[in-house]
Amino acid sequence: MSPKTLYDKIWDAHLAHEAEDGTSLLYIDRHLVHEVTSPQAFEGLRMAGRTVRAPEKTIAVPDHNVPTTADRVNGIENPESRIQVEALDKNAKDFGVHYYPVNDIRQGIVHIVGPEQGWTLPGMTVVCGDSHTATHGAFGALAHGIGTSEVEHVLATQTLIQTKSKNMKVEITGQLRPGVTAKDITLSVIGRTGTAGGTGYVIEYCGEAIRSLSMEGRMTVCNMAIEGGARAGLIAPDETTFEYIKGRPHTPKGAQWEAALAWWKTLYSDDDAHWDKVITIKGEDIAPVVTWGTSPEDVLPIDAIVPAPEDFQGGKVEAAKRSLEYMGLTAGTPLSEIEIDTVFIGSCTNGRIEDLRAAAAILKGKKIKEGLRAMVVPGSGLVRAQAEEEGLADIFKDAGFEWRLAGCSMCLAMNPDQLSPGERCAATSNRNFEGRQGRGGRTHLMSPAMAAAAAVTGKLTDVRQMM
Amino acid sequence: MEKFTKITGVAAPMPMINVDTDMIIPKQFLKTIKRSGLGVNLFHEMRFDDDGGEIESFVLNKPQYREAEVLVAGANFGCGSSREHAPWAIKDFGIRCVIAPSFADIFYNNCFKNGILPISLPQEQVDVLMKDAEKGSNARMEVDLEAQTVTTSDGEVIPFEIDSFKKHCLLEGLDDIGLTMEKADSIAAYETRAAAERPWV
Ligand code: SF4
Repeated sequence: MSPKTLYDKIWDAHLAHEAEDGTSLLYIDRHLVHEVTSPQAFEGLRMAGRTVRAPEKTIAVPDHNVPTTADRVNGIENPESRIQVEALDKNAKDFGVHYYPVNDIRQGIVHIVGPEQGWTLPGMTVVCGDSHTATHGAFGALAHGIGTSEVEHVLATQTLIQTKSKNMKVEITGQLRPGVTAKDITLSVIGRTGTAGGTGYVIEYCGEAIRSLSMEGRMTVCNMAIEGGARAGLIAPDETTFEYIKGRPHTPKGAQWEAALAWWKTLYSDDDAHWDKVITIKGEDIAPVVTWGTSPEDVLPIDAIVPAPEDFQGGKVEAAKRSLEYMGLTAGTPLSEIEIDTVFIGSCTNGRIEDLRAAAAILKGKKIKEGLRAMVVPGSGLVRAQAEEEGLADIFKDAGFEWRLAGCSMCLAMNPDQLSPGERCAATSNRNFEGRQGRGGRTHLMSPAMAAAAAVTGKLTDVRQMM
Repeated sequence: MEKFTKITGVAAPMPMINVDTDMIIPKQFLKTIKRSGLGVNLFHEMRFDDDGGEIESFVLNKPQYREAEVLVAGANFGCGSSREHAPWAIKDFGIRCVIAPSFADIFYNNCFKNGILPISLPQEQVDVLMKDAEKGSNARMEVDLEAQTVTTSDGEVIPFEIDSFKKHCLLEGLDDIGLTMEKADSIAAYETRAAAERPWV
């Protein structure tokens, strides 16, 4: 048998049909659904008189539109948001899919809820009408975002028409230095490859530094594979993975667990597998980083200075000029002198318990800079409850942070949590596009620890100086 | 789905790289539960000022490009979110074809589900088409999917590559779901096999 990558193995195990031209029908094991990209798909099913082929493999949760303030138990005020969430309530009921409604404690961001409830398992195919589905690759599952037409296609047929991507290996060797986290790894990779560097590829992240990450950290890394342009990001499952998934509500139990485990242990890339592209970064070379521009590839170590457009080539010169203007930054300014107005800790990139622990560790006994707006939005109701139990919520509140309910919140301005024009935010989310957090809002991406440090000083800050 | 065979129309030049889906259709317009009517919001933040007035310098606000059917853009067009609202808005505006040196994966796929033809060409050829587009409304570009060619207003013919299955579906206006349902037996057979091999799924 010819050697295979992990991606090859999962692909082969899910091939339901292959046409002569290589167009394939890939079977989908888990279909996650949220309120923004699904209403038109369910509507399409109704109009064609179709049903959901495998409702037991379909999991829905509202996250993008939901307010994160306590008054949401009384209903959603914004009429359009309310209609979208109500549409999901109805569709979930009518088509009989698993559902976590707004006021269920298990509700949260779809990419946090899936793994938390044990829906995401190694070797699965997982899709969702959401580009950050890449997150689930942390379990060694082939997971990627799809459009609404494809959502409808998966609902109706439980398959997806696909052509195979190429294989790319991103190896992070050795160990990370203190103060450097999974977020810094994933941002640094994008800084190196660019936002189109992964286009056409499925990335497998490997190497000692990746192996040493917790599942939370691995999810952070895979979450942003899409920002590097890749179809999906993968990390081979190991003891850390099995430990994390064991005993969750929807993971196999007893003899089923043993059988599953035996198969999961075969899910790795063979030694002599073929890679179309390989990138190697030394873990010790990665610094705590922030973004300065309006593309996730605009990444620099915190001790660097704002670059000049002339530092770039081709179309990037114009793009950098536009970015600097939008961001209100002058070339040559040290990044650590950039003052911020807002801090956002949350999102499917960094809204898990470990992220909150990392931020709280920096904030313990400290206060945020006066006049700053700072909020923590746990990724799910269960993360929130755990953080309260561990005393993290009190640390955040004592420091001056708002302690919110679960949702996408300020990651994208679809709910009441938004930036005003010109406001500058230290954010743990994944996109710094123009207007992403609100029209005219300026976003700097970074790790939870770095965001916490920025909250204390009111400027972009090297977290290592606070450790 | 609407067929795409051949169009001859005005091309709008947009020489920006990394045009993301938040630019194409900002999130405040994702709250709809319909597919239609998004064209007025296409490129909203670049097209309108804070008071809703048109920004004159934006390409699609210029008189000669208001009826554009082709968009010529920079590399990595459509990066960012999976929102199909992006191609819905493009189509609703009247644009049927986007030409760029490269596209983001999900956006590229989404185009085909909506009767839009995304064409990726080497930078030098996109540069030629960009120049042609800059001539305005007198310069009409022809895009022929059957022949796989783009013809500039000067008659220069540029061939392009496209996946044969995607081409077929677009030419015929085929509905993917209908096609896949014809393979229901294969899917059922797969499900039986998978249930035996991996019963825990
Ligand atoms: S947290 Fe942000 S990136 Fe993640 S699913 Fe929500 S909106 Fe998308």
